[in-house]
Parts: sequence; C-alpha cells; structure tokens
Amino acid sequence: MIDRYDAIVVGAGHNGLVCSALLAKAGKRVLVLEANEQVGGAAVTREFADGYSVSACAHLLYQLQAEVRKDLQLAPRLVSKEMTTIALSPDGKHVRLSADGVEGVSAADAASYQDFRKRMTRFSDLLRKYLNKSPPRLGAKDFRNLMALGQLGFDLRRLGKEEMQEFLRLIGMNIHDELNERFDNPLLKGAISLDAVLGTHLGPRSPNTIMTYLYRLAGDHGRTAAPAGGMGSVSNAIARVARSAGVTIRTSMPVKRIVIENGRATGVETESGERFESFTVISNADPKRTILKLVGARHVETGFARRIHHLRSKGNAAKLHLALDGLPTIAGLAKKDFAERFVIAPDEHYVERAFNPAKYGECSPDPVVEMTFPSFRDETLAPTGKHVLSAVVQYAPYDLQGGWNAAAKDAFQQAVIKTISKYVPDIEQRITASELLTPADIESEFHITGGHWHHGELTLDQFLFVRPVGGAAQYRMPVDGLYLCGAGAHPGGGVSGAAGRNAARAILRRERAA
Amino acid sequence: MSVRAPVHQGRLKSPFYSRLKQLDTVNEWHEWKGYSSADVLYCAETEYFAIRNSTAVFDLTPMTKYRITGPDALDYLNRLVTRDMAKVRPGRVAYAVWCDDQGQVIDDGTIFHLREGEYRLCSQERHFAWLMAAAMGFDVTITHETEDVAALAVQGPTSFSVLDKMGFDGLERLKPFDLGHFDFQGSEIMISRTGFTGDLGYELWIDPAQAEALWDALFAAGELHGIRAIGTTALEISRIEAGYLAAYMEFLPADETVRTGRSRSPLELGLSWLVDFKKPNFNGRRALAEEKRNGSTWRLVKLDIEGNKPAHNSYIYGSANGRKGEIGFITSAVWSPVCKQNIAIGTVRMPHGKPGDNVWVEIYYQREMHWNRKMAKATVVDKPFWFPPRRGAKPPGPF
Repeated sequence: MIDRYDAIVVGAGHNGLVCSALLAKAGKRVLVLEANEQVGGAAVTREFADGYSVSACAHLLYQLQAEVRKDLQLAPRLVSKEMTTIALSPDGKHVRLSADGVEGVSAADAASYQDFRKRMTRFSDLLRKYLNKSPPRLGAKDFRNLMALGQLGFDLRRLGKEEMQEFLRLIGMNIHDELNERFDNPLLKGAISLDAVLGTHLGPRSPNTIMTYLYRLAGDHGRTAAPAGGMGSVSNAIARVARSAGVTIRTSMPVKRIVIENGRATGVETESGERFESFTVISNADPKRTILKLVGARHVETGFARRIHHLRSKGNAAKLHLALDGLPTIAGLAKKDFAERFVIAPDEHYVERAFNPAKYGECSPDPVVEMTFPSFRDETLAPTGKHVLSAVVQYAPYDLQGGWNAAAKDAFQQAVIKTISKYVPDIEQRITASELLTPADIESEFHITGGHWHHGELTLDQFLFVRPVGGAAQYRMPVDGLYLCGAGAHPGGGVSGAAGRNAARAILRRERAA
Repeated sequence: MSVRAPVHQGRLKSPFYSRLKQLDTVNEWHEWKGYSSADVLYCAETEYFAIRNSTAVFDLTPMTKYRITGPDALDYLNRLVTRDMAKVRPGRVAYAVWCDDQGQVIDDGTIFHLREGEYRLCSQERHFAWLMAAAMGFDVTITHETEDVAALAVQGPTSFSVLDKMGFDGLERLKPFDLGHFDFQGSEIMISRTGFTGDLGYELWIDPAQAEALWDALFAAGELHGIRAIGTTALEISRIEAGYLAAYMEFLPADETVRTGRSRSPLELGLSWLVDFKKPNFNGRRALAEEKRNGSTWRLVKLDIEGNKPAHNSYIYGSANGRKGEIGFITSAVWSPVCKQNIAIGTVRMPHGKPGDNVWVEIYYQREMHWNRKMAKATVVDKPFWFPPRRGAKPPGPF
C-alpha cells in the first residue's frame, strides 16, 4: 500500500522540522523522513563516550529566529543566555567580548569597538530583516517581486547616504582590512576574525568575510546562547511542536530517491524500498544531495545541474569532543568563566596562517579553536564532577590530500590538543575519551555533501537572490512540486529555522495562488 | 626541464586536402573550426550548378562530430535535444536542436543512430563542455571524433548513379535520412542519405586513412556524371534555397550571446515541429512551454522578394513606405539560379510574417560607385524554395 501525504519532508534537520510544523499547522498532512535514529540533523545531542554527551555538530545557539520561536511557540531552555567570548592569551591576560563591550583592551580600542558594534549591528539588522523573507526573484515582473526589490533598495537607501555607501563598501570586503583600520589589540582582532570565518572555507583576508560576520551578527545581535541538554533539545522541542500539530516523523528511514514522474515530484522512495506519495516534496538535504543524488541530474536541466554541481560546498571546520575527568586549568579565569565561550585566535594573522594550508588540501598545524565546556552549567551532559569540552576547529579541509584516514585524523587531533594545551596546560592529562569529526565525518554522519555547515559557502555569489543558485532561490526548485528548505537555501546555515520557515511560507503562498 | 611535444600551429589539413589542392585554381580558403576549407575551387557558379545538375563533392571533415555511446545514450540524447529520439531507430538520422535552460538554441545538427545505442552528433560548432555537463548523472561516453572521421558530401541529381557505380550494394534502399554501412576496398564506410543542399544527395563517412582512395574512386566513377568538387560559396547558395538554418546566420549559439534577446528559441526559428512537449524533461522544456503559452517574440521567415537584387543585411518593413517602422531583418539572402527567384531568410517580430503576408525589404545596391535604395515587396513563403521530387525519390532514379 502506498501512503499519500500533502507534503513529504526529506530529512528531520531543524529546518525540516520547522517547515513540517508550519505546514501541519496550516492543515497539511505531513510526513518527515529522517535517515538517522534521532531527529535534528546537525542539531543533535548524542553520547560520544560512556556517560558523556555533547551537541554533535552545531553547539551554540545564536541564530534561532524570533519569528520561528513565535510561530511555533518555542521557548528553548537555555543554560547560558548570553555567553561572553573570551579570547585566550597564554599569560592569562584574556580579552572579553560581549554585546555590551570589550574588556582587556586599551581605551581607544574599547571605544572603537563600541563604534564598530554599532555600525555592524545597524547593517546586520538590515540583513536580519531579509533572513526571514523569500529573496525576490531577479527579472520577475510580478507585483510581489517588484515590491520586494523596491523594499530592498528603499531599506538600503534609508540607512542614509553615507551609511549606505559604507554598507556597499564593506559588504564585499575582507574583515582583516576593516579590523586593522580600527583596532590595535591582536586578541580582539583574532577573535573577530574567527567569528567572521567560522564554518566557512575563508580566511580573514578573503573577500566577503565582513558579510559572513554580519550574517553571524544578524542571527540574534551576536548573542550566543547554550541550550539546556545540548542542541538536540532544541530540535526535540521543534519535533514536539511538529508532532502535536499532526506531523508524522519517521526516523531511521533514509530516502533513496525523490520520485520524478512526467517531470514533477510525486513522492519518495526509501532505502528499504518503501514508497510514499505526495505532490509536494521538500528536501532538507543540501542542494547537491537533493538535485544530483536524490532527484538525479537527468530530471533537471543541464544548466541548472551544472550550477548545482559547481556550488562551493566543501567544509573546513572540524568538531572535537573531549571527555574530561575534571575541569582543567586556564590561567586568569574565575571558575564561573567556564560557562563562557573561548576562542583561540591570538591575532588575525594567526587565523589567516591557519587557513593557508587549507587552500592546498592540508590541515592547519596551528588551528583556530572555538570551545565551550557545556557540562559546566548542564550536568546532564557528563557524570558528576566530570566534564566535556566541545570545540569547533579550523581548518580541516574536506578534501584533505591523502584523505581523512585514521593517521590523518590522529595527527590533526594531536595538533588541536597541542594548540589547546598552550592555553589549557593540563588538558591532556584530563582527557579520558575523545572524538574528532572532520568534514568527511560530518558528511557521512549528517549526510551533508562536503560537510559544510551552510550546505554551501556563504558568499555573495551564493547568497540572497542566488542561493543556492540563480533560478532556484525562492525555495522552489525547477522541478514541479520540489522544494528546498535547508541551509543550502536562503538565508543559510546556523540553527536559525529561517530557511524552514521561509520555505513553508513560500509553499503555502504558492498553494493559495494556485 | 621537460621537453614538450611540438604543439600543432596553423590550420589543420583535411585528409582530402591533397585532392582539393590539385583541383584548386583560385586559392580562396577560409578557416572552419581549425581546418582550411575552400570557399571556391574554380568558379562558384559552376560549382553551384554541379549541385543542381550533376554531382558536387564537398569536404565536410571539419564538421564537428561526437560519438555518444553507453547504456544511457538514448536517455541522454532525449534530455539533450528537444525532439523525441526514441523514435529514431538504428540506421536513421535525425535533424535536432538543443537548447539551454532558457529554451534558447545552442546549435542545430544531425544525430546519426549508427547502431543500436551508438550515436554520432554532428554540428557546425563545438560543444564538448555543454555535452559533458549534460552527461552528469548518465552512463554515457562522449568522444570528440572530428579528426577521426573523414567525411564527404556527395550531392546532386547524378549522385546516386555515381555511388551506385562504385558498387555500394543496397544503396538504392536508403530513403532520405537513412544510413547504411558498406564495404569500401575492404574497410567500412558509412553512407547516409543526408545533406545541406536540399537535393538528392549522400554523405560518406570513412577512416581518414581511406580518404584519398575514396576520393579517387569517387571521381573515377563520377567522371561521366559531371562530378565536381565544390567550396562553401556554392554550398551556401543551395543551403538558402533549401531553407536550412546556419549558426551565426539565422541564430547565434545561445552560449555565445551576451545581450538578452539576441538568442532564439526553436519556436522562433520555425522548428516547433522539433519540440516534443510529450517528453517529461529536456533542456529548455520549461521555458519553451512558457513561450508556447505566452507567445514568441520572433518568427523566422522565408521571403520571395521582387526584383533581382539580393537583400543582403536588409531591414524588413511592414509597409511600403516604412512608416510603421522596421519589423525585422534579413539573415541570409541570395539570387537563386535554379528557382530564378530573389530569395532570403529573415527574422521578424511577431505577429508579423505569417505565410502569405507581404512585407517590404529595404535593399541597397551600388551602380558605378553610387548607391541606390529600393523598397522591394516580398512574400512570406512556408515551403523550401527548392524541393525537387528526386530529393525524396524511393529509390532514387539513375541519371
């Protein structure tokens, strides 16, 4: 027997869940099929060593959109609402960055930082508005598109002449130049550089890194939070909303293909051979997996397949999880500081140098690290008195020369631990178990082609009107009945729910119009 | 330091070059996709009349050729081109166009279904990058074989007799757009009843090593049938008479255009008969379906123009005084010696140019340095200017 649904969502990533919940709330009969055992995609909490759990991929919440919270009545319990970023220095003279300001730098830098934040916030607020909308379709002449384009122009112009010019100057620029125009303190420059490049295949000197920085700020004014129970709890909360709205979620059901008949999507077929039918198939998978693997290039047109094929989507961020038999020592810290977010990026050149080898398929000997001790405020994650360290490590290129074999992973892990020990001298003695997820592992565990957070590099040529590619930026793929709702669609990655929400709204709008 | 093999520079010589050179008296050559190709060998008009009155031999080796094989070859071609290739059986040849995602023509060409699942695609332009991009997700092998196949067009009323005399057994069974494999001096030759002249004619495809032997045998057999080698100038006249399109004349390959609106869809080129919307997916389908719903911008027209001054590069007007403004322009024009007509192919804005409509063509011509201008009345015709019964005769008659 074949089950028929109003909509089928491929993948229960957080965006897929948001999308399904909103469609169900609008009265649709929705099925979500997830390959893994648990929902959440790359926003999951899972055990990596006996008794130790961690947010397996995404580990900090800084982008969950207010619109999504509101529409789904989500109120994730947070253990830290606004984490301070501590830019570590081996001598204990750390720099602390928060939304309020920066500590540990000269008065001039502190004042300059306020000014920098103010301007960046103004620009990121503009960007934020567009995170929660379908981007207009260039060249389309209908009222809605023309209005949206006009609105974008108007919003830009409303910044004021000088600010608009400044925005247009900065948006394509690299963060390195801007930081050096403003600041002296190397730790400050290092920390902001790291924020600009985290999760991308970019260095601080790469063009476009101001935009990635703005994207990060746009999420929630740069506020970083940690959910109780790890990121999985956020996904589970969304899944609960979805289920209560009537969504059927089936896990351990990898989809083998999206069925295309007579040029339109008509359902999906799972690896186990089950068929589900629907004239609306929504893929939470990345664009490459969706089009080239699940749909098959032959069912779309050549130019489109080629553009999807050329998407830059090779990840460069690894995830390191350490089980610790106790809290380690970091010079110059109070105990409560372990609840904060730490970064190892001593200066902006360090970050760029760490990126250099990645250009040639090698990993950084001196990597850049963002780390937290999630168990410090959340005892569900580790046995009493024990702790976990969760770190995002760059750069670990997806297509490492020679491949990510055991020796390569081991060597990189050693390099990371060596780097961390410069700031956390007793880290090595404390480790009782560890896990390193390279982009290759992220690809195989979370089914993200290239292991890239954003399902595709977040750069101007793959952004807004042209995300993932031109002609498919409004969630609707050029195959009737096929939609994209994941990070590969506008606006991009991060646990924001924006893509899922926008996709659901686009689908419902299209239905109303039909 | 490594020593590199010398890179070939300068124009390529076709395997028939030595024979063409022997016959060449005027030394007028041009470049065609890297090859030297003769415009004229002795006299364009004489060469032209060989096409229409006896047998003309044209070297089409520089024609771009791709071999397409593999289990998905048919599915691949069906997604590539607009027509339904499933209907093209082994031993048949199909004229086809292929489009980009916007439904704009990249090129036209012929697809030879050589043997079950084995195809050859021929076109004027090179398309390897596009063909490879289109191969994503298909189990096909695409080989560029332009240099590996020597090819001759043998066209004209006596062409069948000439080839028959060479002993190609069963040649008379070839209907238009059929192909067959024959023996030539112990090696294989493929002969298709195809051509670019709109007349009775064949195209011969063979291993370049056999090229000169083939030429010699052909000319020996054709001696009493008025066989002549020809260049592209003569071919071009017959091409326009037959109403065939040429890339860079009637359309620009879509991937070569920069400005929007400078490319053409198959519907705008009078090729809607080649677009099969029953196929669920092919390149350009969505855009073409939309164009079919909303109407096209341009229409290709064949014009029968009064007078005898060829309307090269002329504007086309909707009225004799031109007051309503220009509606299009001529893309190919020639005085047709065999039809005794002043003919042209052009492109006009919709809804102008319905068959039977009159339009006016602004012709400039020079008389002893001074320029004259003439508004010539023209009639839109929907049939090829030249379509002799012998072209489709089954079997073709002897001459």
